[in-house]
Amino acid sequence: MPAERAVAAAGLLLLSACAPESETGSPPAAGHDAVPPVPSEAARALPRPELHPGMPGLLNEAELEALAAAREDGLADIGHLPEFGFGETASPERIAAWDIDIGPDGEGLPPGSGSVERGETLYRLQCVQCHGARGEGSQFEALAGRVPGDRFPFAEDRRYRITVGSYWPYATTLFDYIRRAMPQAAPGSLPPDDVYALTAFILQLNGLLESGDSLDAESLPRIRMPARDRFVRDDRRGGPEVR
Amino acid sequence: MANNRENGGLPSRREVLAGVVGTAAVGGGAVAGAQQADAPKPRPRAPEDPTKMQGLVPRPLGERSAFETPRRLVRVLEPSSSSRTPLQYLQGIVTPADLHFERHHGGIPNIDPERYELLIHGMVERAQTFTLADLKRFPAESKLRFLECSGNGGTAFQNQGRYPRMSPQEMDGLTSTSEWTGVPLKLLFREVGARPEATWFLAEGMDAAVMTRSVPMEKAWDDAIVAYAQNGEPLRPEQGYPVRLFLPGWEGNASVKWLRRLELSHRPFMTREETSKYTDPLPGGKARMFSFGMDAKSLITFPTFPERLGGPGWWEIRGIAWTGRGRITRVEISTDGGRNWEDAELQEPVLPKCHVRFRKLWNWDGRRATLMSRATDETGYVQPTRDALLAARGSYTRYHYNQIRSWRVESDGQVFFAG
Ligand code: HEC
Repeated sequence: MPAERAVAAAGLLLLSACAPESETGSPPAAGHDAVPPVPSEAARALPRPELHPGMPGLLNEAELEALAAAREDGLADIGHLPEFGFGETASPERIAAWDIDIGPDGEGLPPGSGSVERGETLYRLQCVQCHGARGEGSQFEALAGRVPGDRFPFAEDRRYRITVGSYWPYATTLFDYIRRAMPQAAPGSLPPDDVYALTAFILQLNGLLESGDSLDAESLPRIRMPARDRFVRDDRRGGPEVR
Repeated sequence: MANNRENGGLPSRREVLAGVVGTAAVGGGAVAGAQQADAPKPRPRAPEDPTKMQGLVPRPLGERSAFETPRRLVRVLEPSSSSRTPLQYLQGIVTPADLHFERHHGGIPNIDPERYELLIHGMVERAQTFTLADLKRFPAESKLRFLECSGNGGTAFQNQGRYPRMSPQEMDGLTSTSEWTGVPLKLLFREVGARPEATWFLAEGMDAAVMTRSVPMEKAWDDAIVAYAQNGEPLRPEQGYPVRLFLPGWEGNASVKWLRRLELSHRPFMTREETSKYTDPLPGGKARMFSFGMDAKSLITFPTFPERLGGPGWWEIRGIAWTGRGRITRVEISTDGGRNWEDAELQEPVLPKCHVRFRKLWNWDGRRATLMSRATDETGYVQPTRDALLAARGSYTRYHYNQIRSWRVESDGQVFFAG
């Protein structure tokens, strides 16, 4: 068994045993949030998964008030200027041609699906030379690997690599990034089915999907990444304290 | 096209920029640049007495004295790479555009300004596109502001003392200052009718990385600029030609270059660049996300490696300081490794979110000395020691390395980076 897989397997086994005392709360569970995959047409009719409440960037009451005040100030700054009316209205087709981003709630995911198995074939053809046979990284970044117990020791321990399985908080990011930027020599060339398949395969390399699994717009945003709850908003504000 | 080949058969700069010779040639140009910096060239010649002959006639495009050959430092010739500003070469605060540092993740795209459009959509009343001419027709604003990559200084931080032969350029060359001109983003957002419920917007580039970052709406209502000019002329291709987002005081990556799209939303988008990258692991199993602000930092740029002081006596210690949180209020200098500190002089103008030049006269007694600088900003933040940063962030913090830097002057005048 390749080393990275051994780490991933150990990570799954030691899930509850290895959480250090310094980290409070139970370690996050890996894998699906127990929702079976459903066809993508049905998926689009279903409500999207809720954003989890701890997601950095969801504003609390005080932050919403501060934003409203900033908006008022900003508009006041330009209050003396007329509305110019420059520019053209953008049609829905115009927007669709560029609007490729995928939200953490799955917003923007296209119809289609892809299996781990097909992803492996595509990966061997288009990705392996730069990212290694099992995503261990070769010429370029590693894509796979977990930390035993899904700890998050990156500030203090250099032995573990930052990978999709050890660090990425949202699986949707993987789809978004592969579709826009990979493979490096032909960015934007992969159709949605291929992107689903590659996303599925990379998640499987990270121990987050089984070999028989597939992904679509319904199932992808429901994958809970091990590091999802590790991220916090920036608390640096200037002032005498070093953070 | 034969008459275009004034430079001995090499493709002209215009051809390379126009992509006539393909992207490989852009890389090839970089190789040439890197080699030029290293290969010793014969010294240019000048007449014995220039007052005894007429000089050059006017030229449509100026160039540097043949005696001056500053170069950006190119480390790796990959599409995802960077080049660094020769900070030790510069005076004052403005970085010449051709020496402004670069960082890009998919190479420098070739964009026709006449086909350029900026799309704004999402939580707006009217989704709209703006041509470059549209953008230039709006009331403009110009601001002198620094831009720094949040990875700047990482090699020095993580290899404490291992590379004494590091120049300011190599160590911290991912920071530059320019005068940026463009449209205040709030003006565009008012035009499209940005909805009050919008809390974030996505900025997307039209490079091969199709770079994306989520930006809090608050920044748009404050001081974000959609910039099309730099130091008085259109942006350089490396800096986002024809249009970039510019977020004063924030980490460089968020100021998305080659800007093509802004999408307003009720939540961040969680792109790869704000999750896998540009997040800061903290002790205790957490990581800071959306760590945009650049904390106060200063850097001595003279005397530094590879300089050798000619002998004891008066020398002016010089450097730059900056903060993403407003104005620098004070820079102190120590010449004894941090035991005693004295105020340096700040050169006007002291602008917010901009490099500030500092100077301090020093009467060197010819003995081994350790020089340090320490900046304070208007929020009362004092540039921390490396130990203070380590304590707050752990040994392998990934970005925002603003610790105090030091330089050792040996008794023979040779200067080395000392951590
Ligand atoms: C020619 C080499 C090359 C090939 C082939 C390639 N990649 Fe990449 N990949 C890179 C580079 C370089 C980066 C980092 C880019 C940057 O610096 O922004 C990267 C980054 C990534 C990342 C983000 C990694 C992280 O930790 O942030 C993912 C995911 C990825 N590639 C997936 C793929 C997939 C899937 C394929 C095949 C379809 C592929 N790559 C093919 C070179 C390659």
